[in-house]
Amino acid sequence: MKIAVCVKEVPDAGAERRIDPGTMRLDRSGDRALNAYDLNAVEEALSLKEAAGDGEVVLISMGKEKALDSMRKALAMGADRAVLVTDEAAAGSDLVATSHVLSKVIAKEEADLVLFGQQAADSAGAVLWAAVADRLQMPVVSQISELEVAGGKITARRQTENGYDRIEAPLPAVLAVADSLNEPRYPSLKGIMAAKKKPQDVLSLADVGADAGSAGSAGSRTTVKALADPPSSGDTIMIEDEGGSSAEKILEFLVERKFV
Amino acid sequence: MLSYAFTEEQEDLRQMVREFAQSEVVPLIEEAEAEEKFPVQLIPMLGELGLLGIVFPEEYGGIGLDKITECIFVEEMAKVSAGMTASVNAHADLAAFPIYKFGTEEQKSKYLPPSIAGEIIGAYAITEPNTGSDAAGLASRAEKKNGGYVINGRKNFITNGTICDYCLVAAYTDKENRGEGISVFIVDRDTPGFEVTRKLQKMGHRASDTAELVFENCEVGEETLLGGEEGAFGALMEALITGRVSHGVKSAAIAEAAFEEALKYAKEREAFGRPLSKFQAIRFKLADMATRIEAAKALAYKAAWLYSTGQPCVKEASMAKYFSAEVADYVTREAVQIHGGYGYINEYPVERYYRDAKLASITEGTSEIQQLIIGRELGL
Repeated sequence: MKIAVCVKEVPDAGAERRIDPGTMRLDRSGDRALNAYDLNAVEEALSLKEAAGDGEVVLISMGKEKALDSMRKALAMGADRAVLVTDEAAAGSDLVATSHVLSKVIAKEEADLVLFGQQAADSAGAVLWAAVADRLQMPVVSQISELEVAGGKITARRQTENGYDRIEAPLPAVLAVADSLNEPRYPSLKGIMAAKKKPQDVLSLADVGADAGSAGSAGSRTTVKALADPPSSGDTIMIEDEGGSSAEKILEFLVERKFV
Repeated sequence: MLSYAFTEEQEDLRQMVREFAQSEVVPLIEEAEAEEKFPVQLIPMLGELGLLGIVFPEEYGGIGLDKITECIFVEEMAKVSAGMTASVNAHADLAAFPIYKFGTEEQKSKYLPPSIAGEIIGAYAITEPNTGSDAAGLASRAEKKNGGYVINGRKNFITNGTICDYCLVAAYTDKENRGEGISVFIVDRDTPGFEVTRKLQKMGHRASDTAELVFENCEVGEETLLGGEEGAFGALMEALITGRVSHGVKSAAIAEAAFEEALKYAKEREAFGRPLSKFQAIRFKLADMATRIEAAKALAYKAAWLYSTGQPCVKEASMAKYFSAEVADYVTREAVQIHGGYGYINEYPVERYYRDAKLASITEGTSEIQQLIIGRELGL
């Protein structure tokens, strides 16, 4: 079984995030790391491969060449190789453009399963997997909190606001895993030492057969017109505790609004 | 050519240990410190990640890397818990390493793979109730009997004493021959006559177990002798040099942890209408602390580099241990001072760092012993 895991390099979670008012894009300077949500997808891919006894886990990403530094972490965890699409013409890609490029790579790889983390930690989009599945005309299941792969199909439990759905889908399929699905392993020191020697292909848009007009700013359909702070969601009520009275006051508040 | 760059792999290792320390080690600290108990479950976790076998060859399950790489691990661990780092170092540097360096093939294949995998824990026992710096003055004896030896003696301040599966024990086989007459034995914990008599309560490093051991008519076989009878003790003591390099990095890391807390506090806490960091008195302190930490780390990694490249570094290892101990003492003291009253209560970690730092100038060769070694290396 060949499993493709789409990953993204993002600004390090510790670093302060800001949007550059000039370009209206996220300021991507400073320390970088692999999107933490992607680690759940990597972990799941590795567990599936280990359970199957054979297979290949391929990391796929689009970004600057430096993104390989972050992808190395997933190679150290145990992924077999990495494919990074890097191209001047890919800069400024939105979801539509990015999904075009990624789907080209995935189609070329002929993966049985395509895994995504639930969202990107920087832009918090959480839709790229749906766009990729649409382009590839594959079934897509999101928010997976339990997964089983057997007999050419997947059985997944999808978390919803009110419970969960149990969904079956044939392979190949695109899956976006919830961060509750598993506990990503730490890369071992042996894995770290082996990571650099694993195949890491850096490809251009032309290499993967992506259309330059469908990538980057040219292929993007999103325009940022203005930036503003999110509107206030109402006044904060502060409750001063007097001899353990706060719990009652919170209860009153909830009852008043019919939350309980 | 002078380069201060770590390799990409070393940077990745640092990142991995940092994440591991934050997620897995930090949650264990409070209980370990309060109960003065090393969380033994940490050892197999470190083993699985390959962190106990950094300098050991692959044939024993190690990774076969250098001292610099090991120091990166020690630094990141010590930044969160000096106590746990002491236990890990005693296991890897003091117990497993001498076996690797001086053991027979049989001893190596018996002890190294499980030590590196974190399945068993080692300890090293030289110090006795009446013998510390004067290692050659130890009173423990090992007498020949039935083709083996009978060990009698008491050992004190033994890191991992309560939790070890095996312990390297130094004892005289030839009492007439001061220093040279000492032999070292690898004694399994379940050997009759090997007793842990007391777990010691310490000022700092409380997340590490320290014990008093008694060997009473403890019979061991000839195969437990490490490095041959007599004469090996000097070589074994020299093996402690790797521990000194680790201490150089470890003490600098304690200092850095305290510095980071002090820096954060100085920016947040206000006095007389402005943050502490705006006062020159505090800035000078922080500048001085940062400078000394930088110097301590540079010296420690220089020693690690010399060691890794096979160059003599007796002097530099002692300098690193001695200097970093002084820096840790100074920086943790100033970190407490910057915190004022909050530095004196255990809700802020600087109180722990201050207590932890004190051990640096005492353990594994006091600062005075390091000064003696440095003096000797200067030809005095």
